[in-house]
Amino acid sequence: MVGLVIVSHSENLAKSVVELTSMMAADAHIAPAGGLEDGSFGTSFERIQNAIESVYSDDGVIVLMDLGSAVMTTEMVIEMMEDKKVAMADCPLVEGAVVASVNAVGGMGFEEILKELEKVREMRKL
Amino acid sequence: MADNKLVISILKKIGEKIEEQKEYLTELDQPIGDSDHGINLARGFHEVAKKLPALEDKDIGTILKTVGMALVSTVGGASGPLYGSAFMKMGMALNGRMELNLEDFLKAMDTAIEAVKQRGKSTVEEATMLDAMVPAAEAMKKAALEGGESKSVLEAGCKAAWAGAEHTKDLVATKGRASYVGERGLGHQDPGATSFSFMLEVVKDAL
Repeated sequence: MVGLVIVSHSENLAKSVVELTSMMAADAHIAPAGGLEDGSFGTSFERIQNAIESVYSDDGVIVLMDLGSAVMTTEMVIEMMEDKKVAMADCPLVEGAVVASVNAVGGMGFEEILKELEKVREMRKL
Repeated sequence: MADNKLVISILKKIGEKIEEQKEYLTELDQPIGDSDHGINLARGFHEVAKKLPALEDKDIGTILKTVGMALVSTVGGASGPLYGSAFMKMGMALNGRMELNLEDFLKAMDTAIEAVKQRGKSTVEEATMLDAMVPAAEAMKKAALEGGESKSVLEAGCKAAWAGAEHTKDLVATKGRASYVGERGLGHQDPGATSFSFMLEVVKDAL
């Protein structure tokens, strides 16, 4: 199953997004990577790296980020995991997490989920 | 210009400078960002200081790469990946070197600028650290071409860096947190451009 990681500046936000996905996809392999080690706001290279490793399999891992340094830090983690199948998705965090987790549990592959997440970016609420 | 021992001492002093200016940098970040620039950078350089003793006999490339990695791992905000990439790329450019001359330093600065541009997907006039870095590098190249010694070249660089930081007050940020604030950011000096200017000043003072 494709693994998922939620990166946020806030530890609570990352955990809550993961929790929210369990409503529809309780079996998803999804891990939060929010905040810094000391509990303050920020994005931690190590937390992101550990979260990716914790849900990694040959099926790959897709990472969803909130903003700013979350994107840049994740980018650096992925660059250092050259040999691994890991990609970032450019889409809204909550909607993307729900779409990705439902599809991952449904058996959808890495590339297809990334395509679905492209669509999430265009999805309108009103 | 500098051997590995001087590089270590400069890095230590950069950490002290950032610690000393922590409140000021955070204050600059408050109206346009998330009030963490000084605190984040100080945390990063605190970690750098812990790593420096073990690097004393290493080459300049290894020293700078280790510093970059420490910043990426511990800063926690955008300045982590940005300064981290800058130091790491400078380190790669100076691989195996126990000494560097002015020309090497200027080349390494260009590498650092490219790294920041690439990581932040940004360029000059967007109210970022690049608005201090790029004019500083240009001024230093010009001064070096005119035959200036390291010290006077760095003096020209610092002057241009501070002028560049000052100029960010006139710019509307389109990158980073400050882009959310938009035109309300006018009149505020970019914290990243400011922290870079402080760092360059430390290099100048050490020569």
